[in-house]
Amino acid sequence: MLKKPRTCVLLAAGINRDMDALNAFNMAGASCERVHINSLAERKGSLKRYDILMLPGGFSFGDDIASGKVLANKLKYKLLDEILDFALAGKLIFGVCNGFQVMVKLGLLPGLGGDYKSQRTTLTFNDSGKFEDRWVHLKADPASKCIFTKGIEDLIYVPVCHGEGKFMVDSKETLEELKNNGQVAVTYVDSAGFLAGYPYNPNGSVENIAGICDPTGRIFGMMPHPENFTLGLHHPTWARGGIPREGAGLIFFQNAVNYVKKNL
Amino acid sequence: MEIFRIEVGFKPGVTDALAESIKRSIVEDLEVEVAKVRTVEVYTIAADFSDDEILKIKSELLTDPITQISSLSNLFSDFSLAIEVGYKPGVTDNVAMTTKEGIADLLGRPFPKDGAVHTSRIYLFGGDLGAEEGERIAAGLLANPIIEDYFIFTPNDVSHKEEVIKGHLAAENERGFRVAEIDLDVGDEELMRISSEGVLSLNLSEMVAIRDYFKEKEVILERKEVGLGAKPTDVELEMLAQTWSEHCKHKIFNSKISYEEGGRVEKIDGLFKTYIKRATEEVNKDWLVSVFVDNAGIISFTDDYNLVFKVETHNHPSALDPYGGALTGIVGVNRDPLGTGLGADLIFNTDVFCFGPPDFPSDKLPPKVLSPKRIFKGVRRGVEHGGNKMGIPTVNGAIIFDEAYVYNPLVYCGTGGIMPKTIKGRPTHIKRIDDGDLIVMVGGRIGKDGIHGATFSSVKLEESTSSSAVQIGAPIVQKKMMDALLEARDQALFDAITDNGAGGLSSSVGEMAELSFGCLVDLEKAPVKYPGLDPWELWVSESQERMTVAVRPKKIDAFMEIMKKWDVEATVIGEFKSSGKIHVRCEGKTVLYMDMDFVHGGLPGGELKAKWTPSEYMGSFEERDPLESLKAILSHCNVASKEWVIRQYDHEVKGASVVKPLVGAAEDGPSDAAVLKPLFERAEGVVVSNGINPNFGKIDPYAMAVSAVDEAVRNAVAVGADPEHIAILDNFCWGNPILSYDNPNGDYKLAQLVRAAKGCFDAAVGLGTPFISGKDSFHNEYELGGKTLSIPPTLLISAIGRIDDVNLAVTMDAKNPGDTVFLLGVTRSEMGGSHYNLVNDLEFGLPPLLDAERARRSYNAFHKAVKAGLISSAHDLSEGGLVVAAAETAFAGGYGIEIDLKNLKTEGDLSDAEMLFSESNGRLLITVPSDKAERFEAVMADSDISRLGQVTREPFLKIVGKLEEAILSADIFELKAVWKAPLDW
Repeated sequence: MLKKPRTCVLLAAGINRDMDALNAFNMAGASCERVHINSLAERKGSLKRYDILMLPGGFSFGDDIASGKVLANKLKYKLLDEILDFALAGKLIFGVCNGFQVMVKLGLLPGLGGDYKSQRTTLTFNDSGKFEDRWVHLKADPASKCIFTKGIEDLIYVPVCHGEGKFMVDSKETLEELKNNGQVAVTYVDSAGFLAGYPYNPNGSVENIAGICDPTGRIFGMMPHPENFTLGLHHPTWARGGIPREGAGLIFFQNAVNYVKKNL
Repeated sequence: MEIFRIEVGFKPGVTDALAESIKRSIVEDLEVEVAKVRTVEVYTIAADFSDDEILKIKSELLTDPITQISSLSNLFSDFSLAIEVGYKPGVTDNVAMTTKEGIADLLGRPFPKDGAVHTSRIYLFGGDLGAEEGERIAAGLLANPIIEDYFIFTPNDVSHKEEVIKGHLAAENERGFRVAEIDLDVGDEELMRISSEGVLSLNLSEMVAIRDYFKEKEVILERKEVGLGAKPTDVELEMLAQTWSEHCKHKIFNSKISYEEGGRVEKIDGLFKTYIKRATEEVNKDWLVSVFVDNAGIISFTDDYNLVFKVETHNHPSALDPYGGALTGIVGVNRDPLGTGLGADLIFNTDVFCFGPPDFPSDKLPPKVLSPKRIFKGVRRGVEHGGNKMGIPTVNGAIIFDEAYVYNPLVYCGTGGIMPKTIKGRPTHIKRIDDGDLIVMVGGRIGKDGIHGATFSSVKLEESTSSSAVQIGAPIVQKKMMDALLEARDQALFDAITDNGAGGLSSSVGEMAELSFGCLVDLEKAPVKYPGLDPWELWVSESQERMTVAVRPKKIDAFMEIMKKWDVEATVIGEFKSSGKIHVRCEGKTVLYMDMDFVHGGLPGGELKAKWTPSEYMGSFEERDPLESLKAILSHCNVASKEWVIRQYDHEVKGASVVKPLVGAAEDGPSDAAVLKPLFERAEGVVVSNGINPNFGKIDPYAMAVSAVDEAVRNAVAVGADPEHIAILDNFCWGNPILSYDNPNGDYKLAQLVRAAKGCFDAAVGLGTPFISGKDSFHNEYELGGKTLSIPPTLLISAIGRIDDVNLAVTMDAKNPGDTVFLLGVTRSEMGGSHYNLVNDLEFGLPPLLDAERARRSYNAFHKAVKAGLISSAHDLSEGGLVVAAAETAFAGGYGIEIDLKNLKTEGDLSDAEMLFSESNGRLLITVPSDKAERFEAVMADSDISRLGQVTREPFLKIVGKLEEAILSADIFELKAVWKAPLDW
């Protein structure tokens, strides 16, 4: 594909990192549109025009009842078939923070055995009992099929900003399957790259899981915010020197754009 | 109608994080020992759903299949005592609103109109907790009886379950609108009784002016033509009370004042005109776009964009309900920049709080006064929910603790925005309304909540204060309204916008009507939360999350379409007119008919008396151990790390944060100011900072004012703001400054206000920083046992500045061993109100003044050095003076600092303690790479700088006194631990 990959940045009541995601995708070479869920639902088939569906962070519907739950239900009852067609067409879906919460509650992740409709995992209240904004180190699994984390070798430092980011699974078997399939794309680690407790694991996620992909690697969600580290200036210690001008979070978006250019 | 009760709890083995933190608070704050705590969410749903439907709602909407279990009856019975807490009828229940929407999605049809959803939470306790302890936990921590009901029960007694939903079911007794007429043709005493019983907060001369207006022949005739009698209606009287309130008209700041000081009397023609507005006129910057005339001030940012900034207070509601008060405060101030010009996109929040000390003994608290710690935690949570859920980063703030704020906490909430200078060729800072433009109310619906907020703020709190003025904000309702309105703005679909805050529609429509000179409103069209509101309530209710916009008839369809897409309610409630009249009808019948000129110009002026008596005390100086004093200041809550608060605010959203609230090697140093890069493609930055120090004001409000202005400015300058492109906001919180029989020292409090205003003028003009907007809050008083407790005069100055290139921004942490340490500015013996005095219980000296011209010269020179890339770090000297700034610079950077006091530039002969702890204004601690130190000195040749020492690899703060002996040596990590401990909850 020679054209810029087209990204649909989904809007709904309470979504707030839409511009952050849009700026990141633009920087990575995509062309973006912010589209309200009601417009997508009204204009059937309009999702087809895009190559990437971005579910941004925020507090959709205030995190009332449970984070992501109400928006997940809206997607389920208004757009599920279109989203599944989109996925089956080999396109990419990326969810960050609230977007990730929506994806697991919808069942779009982890998509074990090709079942994209059943909730097998969840994101729930941080063990600390509070919302926290802090930067964390992430390690990508080089063996993962995840399109978005390809080529990430060094640790990546990015912010988390959430109160409900603790990743949990419905059973040990699910966890084993996720690991065996290479679906555990990113984990929280300490600055030396080892699994560690709070605050390195900011929420108490099982096995420090920060983000997972589906078995194809094309559908991916994560709690941390790579879109908030696209510029060196975003880094909390940039003023102390030694931080490159381009932020390390940009690679997730570049990977997505490059995949679309190569494969779609 | 069927009533379902769904209880949702966590599966065994799943951490109940909320219960854990509640348990911690019970043990730590209430000192009650509790065994196990669990929480259960309860959804009580009144609607005729089938069994299948309710099971679907329970499992597909309300229960997480991985972590939760749920039941249509009791979920658990293995507890000894339980407390169920839910909002009272009429209080906004956001989760219930979302649940209704979720149910509608699930069932594919709207939630039944006559149905209801109510949410509550059960706290289950194990062990052998008694009913008395349960009562203490319920009233002391879990529930606020002003807005919440609670029920204490045991497994055998769950009879309260019917009670929970009562009162939340839709009222069935619809009735017609009622309008009352008020007879004002009565004596003065009776006039004042009408004012006070109606919470109108109008004084006698105002009541007389109203009486006289309605007696005018022409007025009587005109009113007759529209079907009104000679007596004013309640709608009219209520509107005048709102429009003429202190909150809306700033009467004290506009009043003539006779000010007496040292036997000399000075006539002041209004504090605002004389000191605030005139300061801005004298500074006369070409980047000022719109000042004092709109909901927020506007300054130029780049060739294409303007910045908008406003700070408000929300004190009384936060005292009664800290969570709801602060939440409403923050989402309320959001609507100011959103309602400025054609509306700004919001880019940051900044919050400053004044609380009682967190360890204030609970047995000293009068009934109904919440403990300072509870207020602190509630306010923090309110700001978290308001800021985070609106998607606006909270980037900067301050928290001050003093016993004087136990009864009257102060909650300052500020919001900044950005807007394109023009949209489709039209300047965005100008509103325009023509005859025939439609009045559209957008956002939430009207309820009885928040009626009389504007007039309530002019009444002092007392033990018996009721809560009708307290509300809970709904950030998501406002967030989608904002997103929808900004989309409509970008398509130029409306010509004016303003928010519905104090005074509700009466204020928003009343003010906008000044642009067309009149309006005609049909009140019955305004959507309501529930039936039963009378016209005056519809007109003045302050229900949140509403904006009023003016839309041309030919654009209304396009406007409505965008609102519909966003699920935002918008209703045409009337038309703007050029009639010269405010005309309000309800179901076709006129309920209000008044002249624009009278409503907006009929407020009688008066003259107030002020008399200044300088503080007598000038206690003697006592030298205390410098290290102990340093540690005491670092661990004083005013100075101690606020990381616990800061981390719970999202300061990253929008991806614009360049200098964050926490900086330095371990990302925990205290930043002086925030720097944002709001335009992704551009390098220009916005700088946000604050200045506040009520300790100076206790001695002399003039010193407090010049210090607050300078602190705000030098904080901004420290991170790299251009000193010639900084604008400020004033925010005065005071007691009641009007002398009366009940308020015998009102003339002194007014004199304090005059002195603060004079300080504002001198500092603003001297530093070249114009005021662009402001706010005042009087009556911060509490009536206790016949005694009036007043807060100390408290002035917050908030600054918004510009940095040409954010890549040049400077943070406060020491960066390289070997860097040279400089001090900018002169140190004087200005110990009055210092933290050295505070922690050592001294009353020595006078508070700092300001040589503003000299400070301005220094700041400009420093800015040249920043632009030349000469600076490693810069940190403002404020509470605790030089030694606290040095300690913070060192431990934030992870390096030591050595300082030799004999090189310090002082005025007069100062002791070591004065050099270390004096809080003189105009000073920054600066580190410079040693190879650039000479160039730095050259750039700073015309300023006062002292070369004090250097940054060291050894992590020690070492001070050599003027007699060349070591007077202080401390491990910086130990100092940091002392600084981090007090508020690490």
